Amino acid sequence: MKDVLKLLEENARMSNSEIADVLGLSEEEVAEIIKKYEEEGVILKYKTIIDWEKLGEESVFAIIDVKVSLSREKGYDDIAKRIAKFPEVHALRLVSGEYDFQVVIKGKSLKDVASFIAEKISTIPEVRDTVTHFVLRTYKEEGVTLFTDEEDRRLAFVP
Amino acid sequence: MSRRVSKIVENLRPSGIRKFFDLIIGREDIISLGVGEPDFQVPWRIREEMIYSLEKGYTSYTSNYGLPELREEIAKYYKRFGLEASSEQVLITSGVSEAIDLALRTIVEPGDGVLIPEPCYVSYKPLSLLCGAEVITIPTNPDFKLNYERIKNYVNERSKVLIINYPANPTGVSYSKKELEEIADAVIEFDLLVISDEIYAEFTYRGKHVSIASLNGMEDRVVVLNGFSKAFAMTGFRVGYAIAPLDILSGMLKIHQYCMLCAPITGQIGALEALKSLDEVEKVKAEYMRRRNYIVKKLRDVFDVRMPDGAFYIFPDISSTGLSSEEFAERLLIERGVAVIPGNAFGECGEGYIRAAYAVKFEKLKEAVERIIDFAKKYGKG
Repeated sequence: MKDVLKLLEENARMSNSEIADVLGLSEEEVAEIIKKYEEEGVILKYKTIIDWEKLGEESVFAIIDVKVSLSREKGYDDIAKRIAKFPEVHALRLVSGEYDFQVVIKGKSLKDVASFIAEKISTIPEVRDTVTHFVLRTYKEEGVTLFTDEEDRRLAFVP
Repeated sequence: MSRRVSKIVENLRPSGIRKFFDLIIGREDIISLGVGEPDFQVPWRIREEMIYSLEKGYTSYTSNYGLPELREEIAKYYKRFGLEASSEQVLITSGVSEAIDLALRTIVEPGDGVLIPEPCYVSYKPLSLLCGAEVITIPTNPDFKLNYERIKNYVNERSKVLIINYPANPTGVSYSKKELEEIADAVIEFDLLVISDEIYAEFTYRGKHVSIASLNGMEDRVVVLNGFSKAFAMTGFRVGYAIAPLDILSGMLKIHQYCMLCAPITGQIGALEALKSLDEVEKVKAEYMRRRNYIVKKLRDVFDVRMPDGAFYIFPDISSTGLSSEEFAERLLIERGVAVIPGNAFGECGEGYIRAAYAVKFEKLKEAVERIIDFAKKYGKG
């Protein structure tokens, strides 16, 4: 019944009755499947992808590479939890390569984000080094391109 | 000069769809379910590969047969439909459209019989007539399936070739291996050749597509046709292919080298890349299957709709509205802005039906379905 998840992942607003018609299930079955996944924590949340820039709303995103030093008492998971709990942290991943964590910060202004990093991230004892990349423009988010340059050019009638 | 256009061409029936184009001029509200091509774009990795090839200067003719690597890959690819063919048996053409023409011209002599089950794709009959063939149409309604009996009832001593297309445009009908074996029995018994148009093979929702050429006794009798227009949405690139017994293939090559020379190189390069991105096809197929389920379920409230086995068409019986196919299509277009194709465009026995393609985004499909249901209710049923 992962098909239900695939549909919702693509469009969280698809109604139960539409999902039912598309998958050949009953509406009740769909409701039950969704409820089960919600209870199990497989479905975490329903969100909407918004192009705020279009409305002139200024949000600032920064990607920070964070290098940490580990100890017997403090491993990656412990440090990650500490960073992840800040609401300013939009996404957090442990990554391979020169740095350990990739932290995505969302803030209202450049200053806002910069001071958060300086005050809250760099000051964590295990953090050895950070490199901050401010996001200048987003072209694709969650698999959705934020630009449109293709349209339906097909003829209306093709045998 | 008393006759400038040949009699045979003059007698060809013009496409019945032309007039519908005039009806949509200036209208912004049209949702078209009349399109026989996919709504998704050519996958980017294919387009990107073609762009790169142009940058590198791949702009020349290719071998008449097509790119050797592509022929090789197609021979391998067709194993998924059960057929073991060698790359020498593959000819790259400008779409299946050209391949149908080549196959017919290679096989048919004036007076030879061509058996065509109807309703069917619009080009089979005219292209056969251009060869001077005696065309015998086999009506297949109401289930739209060809079988042993139907072939037996229509075959005669002049019959030389049978054209089949599955999954079928416009009905979406396909065949299981067992059903194909029954057709193959008739083919052997009546000593026929087969032109098998398998362009919708990837969009098979019930069971797996089996090429009729892979069945026992069929090796030497079948010209398989397929291409990249439907599964990879490469309609504008015109790349198709034939897999045929060598004697027929070399005949087809002769005509191809004089009338087309080769399929466009950019498209061939894209096609080669396409065979490496079969995952994308799976995704598209899953999406079409969902849309099929949706439209069939919804329209069954007002029409008799057969669940299609493949392709991206439904072929509902609209006779309950009391309208002819053409009246239905015309009024639906004018009154509700939904474009469909009248069933009789695919043969006389398609009268009383329409073809609706679900190759539109789900949101649009929903809107179109609502409009059709509303329209159908106005005309009596529901």
